[in-house]
Amino acid sequence: MSTNLSRRNFIQVGAAATGGLLVSVYAPDKLRAATTPAKLNAFIHIGSDDMVTFMIHKSEMGQGPVTALSQLLAEELECDWTKIRTEFPGVDPAYGPLQGTFGSMTIRTSYNSMRQAGATARMMLIQAAAQKWGVDASQCRAENNAVINTVTNARASFGSLADDAAKIPAPKNVTLKEAKDFRLIGTSVKRRDTTDKVTGRTPFGLDMRLPGMLYAALARCPVYGGKVKSFDASKAKAVPGVKNAVEISNGVAVIADNTWSAMEGRKALQIVWDEGHNANLTSAGIRKEFADLTEKPGANARKQGDAPAAMASAAKKVEALYEAPYLSHAPMEPLNCTAVVRPDGCEVWASTQIQTAAHQIAMKITGLSADKVQIHTQWLGGGFGRRGGADYIGEGVEIAKALTGTPVKLTWSRDDDLQHDTYRPGSVTKFAAALDAQGNPVALTSTVACPSFAGLQNGVDRAAVEGIANMAYFGGIPNAQVDYHVPPTDIPTSYWRSVGYSQNTFFTESFIDELAHAAGKDPVAFRRALVAKSPRLVAVLDLAADKAGWSKPLPAGRYRGVALVDNLGSFNAQVAEISIDKGKLRVHKVVTAVDCGQVVNPAIVVQQIRSGIVYGLSAMKGAITFDKGRVQQQNFNNYEVLRIDEAPEMEVYIVPSTAAPGGIGEASTPAIGPAVANAIFAATGKRLRKLPIRNEDLA
Amino acid sequence: MAFTIKINGTNHTVDVDHDTPLLWVLRDVLGMTGTKFGCGQALCGACTVHVNGQAVRSCITPVAGVAGKSVTTIEGLSPDHSHPVQQAWIELDVPQCGYCQSGQVMQAAALLAKNQRPTDADIDEVMKGNICRCGTYQEIRAAIKRAVVIKRAANQNAAQGVVA
Repeated sequence: MSTNLSRRNFIQVGAAATGGLLVSVYAPDKLRAATTPAKLNAFIHIGSDDMVTFMIHKSEMGQGPVTALSQLLAEELECDWTKIRTEFPGVDPAYGPLQGTFGSMTIRTSYNSMRQAGATARMMLIQAAAQKWGVDASQCRAENNAVINTVTNARASFGSLADDAAKIPAPKNVTLKEAKDFRLIGTSVKRRDTTDKVTGRTPFGLDMRLPGMLYAALARCPVYGGKVKSFDASKAKAVPGVKNAVEISNGVAVIADNTWSAMEGRKALQIVWDEGHNANLTSAGIRKEFADLTEKPGANARKQGDAPAAMASAAKKVEALYEAPYLSHAPMEPLNCTAVVRPDGCEVWASTQIQTAAHQIAMKITGLSADKVQIHTQWLGGGFGRRGGADYIGEGVEIAKALTGTPVKLTWSRDDDLQHDTYRPGSVTKFAAALDAQGNPVALTSTVACPSFAGLQNGVDRAAVEGIANMAYFGGIPNAQVDYHVPPTDIPTSYWRSVGYSQNTFFTESFIDELAHAAGKDPVAFRRALVAKSPRLVAVLDLAADKAGWSKPLPAGRYRGVALVDNLGSFNAQVAEISIDKGKLRVHKVVTAVDCGQVVNPAIVVQQIRSGIVYGLSAMKGAITFDKGRVQQQNFNNYEVLRIDEAPEMEVYIVPSTAAPGGIGEASTPAIGPAVANAIFAATGKRLRKLPIRNEDLA
Repeated sequence: MAFTIKINGTNHTVDVDHDTPLLWVLRDVLGMTGTKFGCGQALCGACTVHVNGQAVRSCITPVAGVAGKSVTTIEGLSPDHSHPVQQAWIELDVPQCGYCQSGQVMQAAALLAKNQRPTDADIDEVMKGNICRCGTYQEIRAAIKRAVVIKRAANQNAAQGVVA
C-alpha cells in the first residue's frame, strides 16, 4: 500500500474501485500530462507531449489567479495558450516564506516575478535549441510553443526541448517585453476555470474523497474560549452510520460513514461545557465598552499640526460617533479539511488561503518534520480572508491523528461557520472636525475603538486604523489627530475582505460627507479640493462623477451618494443611485471608476469590482451579535447577505495606466457602504452612523 | 433501507437511513460532488437539483421522497455543457469562485424550462433563493437573457431542420 495518497494515485485507486465514476469528478484538468514533465523552474514544467504546466502558487477563490498568473507566465514564455494546464503546488520555499493569498497582493507581487519566470524558461528553451542546432542563441526565437531558427526556419517544439532545457542553468538576467509588445497582458482572456465550474467538475476542498475515508462533524463550545467538561456519546453512537466520537482540543468530533450521519450524531452528543469567562458577553456590553473608550485619549496613530488648538478657534465644529458590527465572512463553501495522519507522514487536502499556516499547524499537531507533511491546495469556494486562518485545518488534522491511518473529512455546517468565525471586528469610532469661515476643514480628530488582530506597534494596530490614520484627506487638512484603543475582548477576529477599510471607509466617507454638507459644498467638489495632491484620486473621482452624471438632475425619487478610497495600491470612486419606496431601500445603479495601475485582465478587474460591491452591500445588512457569550446568528435566515433581487446594475470604468499594478480583490468593498449611506442622507436628511441599516433609518 | 433513484437517467440503489437528504446521498454515497452543500436549510440554493423537472433543494429533500422519481444533477444537465444555460454561462464567464454555480445553473435551467422569456422581475423572483457571495448576480441576470436567445436559436434551427 502506498503511503502517499497523492491525487494522481487516488485517481488510479478510485478508478479501479468504482469503475471510473470518480475519475471525472477529481481530474482537475482534462489536459493531464502524459509523462513526467521537465521542471524548468518552480512555476513552469513542460512535458514531452508539448503540454505546459503552470504551477499556480496563489489560491483560486474566484479572484482569477489561475487565469491571470497564466497570462503573465505565458506572455514571456511564448507558449500556446491551448497547451497550458495548471496545478496548485505543495508548500515549497520557492513560493515564498509565507506561501499564501491575502492582501490583494497576487498581481502586485507576481507581476514581475511571473514574467521573469516565463522569460527565464524561454531563454533555457532557446539555449537548448541553439545547442541542438549548433548555432548561437541569438539566431533563435520562441513562438507559439516552439523555438524557431530565424536563419533556417527550423522549428523545435517546447516539448522536444524541455528535458535538455531543464539541465541548462537558469540565466540570471532576462529582458522583459515592453508593454507595447504585450499579447496577453492587458487583454480579457477568458477565464480558464469556467467550463468546469458550470458542469460541477471543479474539485473544491469539500469535494475531496479518498478510499476508506470517514466523515466528521465537530461540536465546539458555543461560548468562545469554553472547554469540554465531560461528554456522553452513547446516544450519538446509536445514530445510524456513526462510528465513533473523539475529543480533541476544540470539542468533540463525531465520526461517521457520511456527512449527514456525522451531523446527526453530533446533535445527539451530550456535552457539559465549561463556558469560561465569556459566558456573560453581550453585544450591548461590547458596544458600551467600545464607546466608553472613545471618550479617552488612546495610543496615537497620526498627529499633524495642532488639532486641539485649531478645534478651539474654529468657526464651526462637527462631531459624530460611528459604529459597525462584527461580521462573518460566510464563504459559500463551508470550511472543511480532509486529512490522513500516519506515523511517518501526514497529508492534508484543503481549500486554504495560506499554505504555510496549514503546513505549520499540521506539523505542530503531528510532530512530523516539514518534509513529512504535505498540503494539497484545493479550489476555494470563496475565501474573503476566512481561509487565511488554519483553525479548521488544525481541527481536521487532530481528528485524523486520533484515527491514525484513516482519512477523514471534517465538514463545518453553516451554523458552525457563522458561530465560530474569526470575525471582522466591530468598531466604535468618534470624529470631530473644525471648519473655517469659508467651510474648509482645518482640523480633524478621530478616536478608534476596535479589537486588534494584526499586532500592535507603539500601541496601534495599523489594520484597525487603516483608512482613517492614512486617509488621503489629511493632505488637505492641516491639523489632525487619530487615537486608537484596543478593547479588552477576545472574540476571535481576523482579516475580512478589505480589512480595516471595510468599516473605517464607511466612517470616514460618511463623516467627510457630513463636513461637505456642514460647509454647504457639493460632496464631489468638497472631496476633490481635499485630495488635490493625489492626482489619481482626483482622476477617479472626476471620472465616476462624470459617468454617473453627477452634475445632472435625477428623476424624481432617485438620490445619489459618492465615496472615494485608495487602498492596496488602487484608487476607487463610486457613485450609488438609490430610491427608498415605502421604507424599502433599492440601490439601482453603482458607477465605479478604478485606477489599479497596469491591468493584467480587464474582465477580471470588472468582475472583482462588482464582486466587492456586492460584498460591501451585504455588509450593510448583516451583523454578528452576541448574547450570553453566544453568537445569535445561525444561518442565512438571520445572517442576511445580498441576493439577486437587491443587486444593483454596476458600471465599471478602468483608468488606463502603466503604473505598477494595484490590488483589486478588495478595492471596491470599502466605498460602496458610504456611497449608499450618503445617498440615503440625500433622500432622507438622516445620517446613517450605525450599521447594519435598520428600518427606522429609511423612514 | 434500500432506495432506488433514477439519477441522470441511471437507476441507483442506495442503502441509507430514510431521512438522509438527497444531497448527502449524491455527494457521499454516490460520489457525485457537483451538487454543493451551502446551508443545509434550503436558504442558499447551492444544492439545487431537478426532481421530475422541478428545481428542489436537495439538502432538505429526504431520500425516501425521491425514490422512484427522476433526478437530474449538474453532472446530467447535458453531456457536453451544451445546455443553453451552460453555454451562456461560459460565454459570459459568469463564475468566480464557482461554488454556488451548480445550483445557479440548475435553478436557471428550471426557470427557462417554464418561462421562455423571463423578465427581470421573473429572474429576481426565481433566482433570489440562490446566494452568490462572489456577487455574480449581474452576470447571472445577463447570462439568463443570453440563454433565452441561445435556446430560441436552437429551437428555430431544430424546427427548420424538421421542415427541410
